[in-house]
Amino acid sequence: MPDPDMRPNRLDKAEIDKNFADLHPPLSRSEALIEADRCYFCYDAPCTTACPTGIDIPSFIQKIRSDNIRGSAHTILSENIMGGMCARVCPTEVLCEEACVRNTHEDKPVEIGLLQRYATDPIFEDGTRLFERAEASGKRVAVVGGGPAGLSCAHRLAMLGHEVKIFNRDPLRGGLNEYGIAAYKTVDNFAQREVDWILSIGGVEVEDGVELGTDFSLTALRDAYDAVFLGIGLTLVNDLNIDNEDLPGVENATDYIAELRQTEDKSTLPVGRNVVVIGGGMTAIDIAVQSKRLGAERVDLVYRRGPEDMSASEFEQRLAQVSGVSVHHWLHPKALHGDDHVSSIEFDKNGQSVTMEADVVFKAIGQRLADLQLASELQGIDIEYGKIVVAGDQATTLPGVWDGGDCVAGGKDLTVSAVQHGKVAAHAIDRYFGGDNG
Amino acid sequence: MADLTSDFLGIKSPNPFWLASAPPTDKAYNVNRAFEAGWGGVVWKTLGEAGPPIVNVSGPRYSAIYGNDRRVIGFNNIELITDRPLETNLKEIRQIKRDWPDRALVVSVMLPMNEKAWAEHVPMIEDTGADALELNFGCPHGMSERGMGAAVGQVPEYIQMATEWCKKAASIPVIVKLTPNVATVVPPAKAAKDGGADAVSLINTVNSIMRVNYDTLTMYPTTDGMGTHGGYCGEAVKPIALNMVAEIARTPDTKGIPISGIGGISDWRDAVDFLALGASNVQVCTAAMVYGFKIIDDLTDGLSTFLDDKGMTSVSELVGKAVPSVTDWQYLNLNYIEKAVIDQDLCIKCGRCHVVCEDTSHQAITNTVNGERHFEIIDDECVGCNLCVSVCPVDSCITMKEIPNDDESLSWTQHPNNPMRKS
Repeated sequence: MPDPDMRPNRLDKAEIDKNFADLHPPLSRSEALIEADRCYFCYDAPCTTACPTGIDIPSFIQKIRSDNIRGSAHTILSENIMGGMCARVCPTEVLCEEACVRNTHEDKPVEIGLLQRYATDPIFEDGTRLFERAEASGKRVAVVGGGPAGLSCAHRLAMLGHEVKIFNRDPLRGGLNEYGIAAYKTVDNFAQREVDWILSIGGVEVEDGVELGTDFSLTALRDAYDAVFLGIGLTLVNDLNIDNEDLPGVENATDYIAELRQTEDKSTLPVGRNVVVIGGGMTAIDIAVQSKRLGAERVDLVYRRGPEDMSASEFEQRLAQVSGVSVHHWLHPKALHGDDHVSSIEFDKNGQSVTMEADVVFKAIGQRLADLQLASELQGIDIEYGKIVVAGDQATTLPGVWDGGDCVAGGKDLTVSAVQHGKVAAHAIDRYFGGDNG
Repeated sequence: MADLTSDFLGIKSPNPFWLASAPPTDKAYNVNRAFEAGWGGVVWKTLGEAGPPIVNVSGPRYSAIYGNDRRVIGFNNIELITDRPLETNLKEIRQIKRDWPDRALVVSVMLPMNEKAWAEHVPMIEDTGADALELNFGCPHGMSERGMGAAVGQVPEYIQMATEWCKKAASIPVIVKLTPNVATVVPPAKAAKDGGADAVSLINTVNSIMRVNYDTLTMYPTTDGMGTHGGYCGEAVKPIALNMVAEIARTPDTKGIPISGIGGISDWRDAVDFLALGASNVQVCTAAMVYGFKIIDDLTDGLSTFLDDKGMTSVSELVGKAVPSVTDWQYLNLNYIEKAVIDQDLCIKCGRCHVVCEDTSHQAITNTVNGERHFEIIDDECVGCNLCVSVCPVDSCITMKEIPNDDESLSWTQHPNNPMRKS
C-alpha cells in the first residue's frame, strides 16, 4: 500500500495567492451605477421578501443611484449589521437575486450582492459611525458565542440601550465568519474589520477563549444577567458511521477550512494528491474547491443523492465544476480502507462497489450541537434532532433564554439567517424588559 | 426603397436631415466630415457682423442631464454665435458649396436691429453661393443681452421688421428660426410669415440652468465661480418642439408655411414625429454632439425602412400626416372610454403599476389576488389615465383597450356641465 501523498507547496505561493484572491471582486463606481440603473424599484419588492433580514433592497439601490452611499449603507446595515459579510457570502442566487423580477424579464437579476458590497465597503474602510445607543436601560444581557448570531444580537441590544457581555469561545471573534468561510470569499481580513466596526458602537464587553460548560454555566449566567442569548453554533461534525472512520487522513472539513483561514502563507498547508470530499452542502463545496486551489491533483466530491438535493446552490455546484472538482452523485459511503492512514474509500452505487483512491477524506455531511456535557448544560431547553427548539421570537423553552444561529432547529445555516435571529431575539429581549422599540 | 431626397424651398438635398446651426457646422473641417458621413445639408453656424469677432468663455460651455447609464437626455450650452472672422467663414462657405453641390448649405445669420446691417451683410453671404439664409431669432443667452437672438424672437414686431429687411436684401429663401422661450409660438411664426419669410425653423434652445454643484453650492457649471443660464436641448426638449411645430402647422394664421423641425431628434422615429406633425425636413445638433456624425446612418436607413413599411415612396407623403389628429382639449370626445389591460404572460410582477395607481391615482390595480402576488386592472376604478402604461418597464405589457359604448361623441363644448356650452 503506497504512503499517503500529503505535502505542502503543490503550487507556488504566487499561484496560490491568485487562487485565493477575491472570488467576486468589488464593483467600480461606474459598474455600480450601471448595475443600480437596472433596478426597477419594485413595489413590495420580491428581493426584500426573499432576504432573511428583510433589507429594503430597492431603497438601498436607489441611494446608490443618487450617490448617497452612506444612506445606502445605513439602509442595509440597519436590517443586517453583517451586510458587509453577507454581501460576500450570501447565496444570493437562491435568495434576493432569485426573486429579482429581472429574471422574468431578461433572465439576469440585478447583482444585488455586489451592489450591497459597493454600498457597505466604505463604511468599514473609514470606520464610519452609523448607529447610536439609546439611553442606558440598566439591563445586562449575556451573549454566549461571538459569531454572527451573537454579534448581531449584541449590537442590536447595545443600540436599544442595554449592556452586553459576549462570551466567545475562540481566540478570534466572528465565529464561522472568521473560521468557516472559504478564504476567497472574504479576503483582506474583512471578518475582523467587520467585528471591530460592530463592537465600536460601545456597551459590549467581550471575553475571549471561554466556553460554555467548561468555563461557565448557563445557570450562573441566568443568575447574573437579566437575559441570556445563546449563539453557540454547531461544533460536532456528523460521522459517516462506516468502518475505519478513525483512520488518520479522515478529517472534518470544518477543521481544515478553519486552519486554512488562519494560515497566512497557504502554500505551507499539506494537501493530498487525491482528495475525496463527502457531502453536498456549502462546506463540501468550500473544502473541495479550496483543496483544488491549493494544488490537489484530483478532488472528488461525492454526494449520496442527486444534484437537486444538494443544499449547495447551483452557483456553488458550478463553481466546484469550473474549479476542476469532479462531482459524483448517488454514491453511498460504504467503507474506508488503509493500514495506518486512509488510502481509499469504497462506495455503493445501486448495489455495485465503487472505490476511489484517497490521501485524505473530508467529512462534510452536517454538524450538530456540542457534546453531552453541553446538552446537560442546556437542561430545560427543548432539543430536536441535535438542535435547539425556539419560538418565533427566538425564545427557547427556558424562560429568559433566547437562541439563534446554526444551533437553531429548522434553520438555514446561513450567516444572514443567524444575523436575523440575533436581531429578532434582541427585540424580543427588549420587549421582555418592557421596551417598546419594536 | 423610399426616396429620401428632399426639396425644401427648392433647396435639394439627398435626405431631409440637416445639421442645425451650432458648433458642428462652425467650420469647413467639421462640415466636410458631416457631408462625408452622409448628412443631407448643414445650416452654417450663425454669422454676425463684420468686424472684431465674438469672444466665447474659455471654461465649460456645455453640461448634460443623464438617464440610465449616463445616457445624455438633456444638454445645455452657453456658446455664442461663431467666434471666427466673417471673412474666414464666408471663404469656407463658398468652398464647401463648390465641393458639395448636391448638399444643402444654409447660412445662419444674426444682425443688429437696423436695416443697414442687413442691407450690407446679406449680399455678402449670398455671394458665397449659399442656398438660403436662416435668421437666428432664438439664441437665448449672451446675444439676447445685446438685443439680438431671442430678444428679437420674443417680440413679433421685431421679427417681422428684421425679416422684411432681410427679404429686401436677399434673393435666396429666408428661413426664420424661432425661440421656444415665448408663451405661445404662433404670433412669432405669424410675424415671420407676415414679414415675408419663406419658412420657419424651430425650436431654438430653452432657457435653462442645469443644476447646482453639490460641493460648492454654486450653480453648475460656472465660469470663475459665476454662471449664467444657457440653452437647453436634446431628447428632453422634443415634446416642447413637437407641440410648437404642430401649433404652427394647424393654426389658420400660420398653416402652410414650410417648417424645418428642430429639437431633440436622436433617431429616425424622432424625425417621423416632426415630419408627421408638419415639418418638411429636420435639423439635428445634440445627437451629433453626443455621438458624432455617424448617427446619420440610422436616421436615413431607419426613415427609409419606415417609409417602405408604410408603403410610402417619398418623405413628402409623410409630411403633416398627423396634423389633423391634433386639436384643442375642448374638442375631445368625453364619451370615449379606454381602460388598461395587463398581459399576464408579459407581467414580471414588479408592482410599479400598482403602487403608482394606489399612491397617486385611482386605486385601480390589485397587488394580490387570492393571496398571490398578482397585478390586475379593477375595471370599475380604472379611468384609463395611461399612468400604468407609462411606468411599466416591460414594452407592451400594459395596453389601453377601447370599451365600446353607444353614446354619441360629446365634447366639452357640448357638455351639460359646461355653462358656456354651444348647444
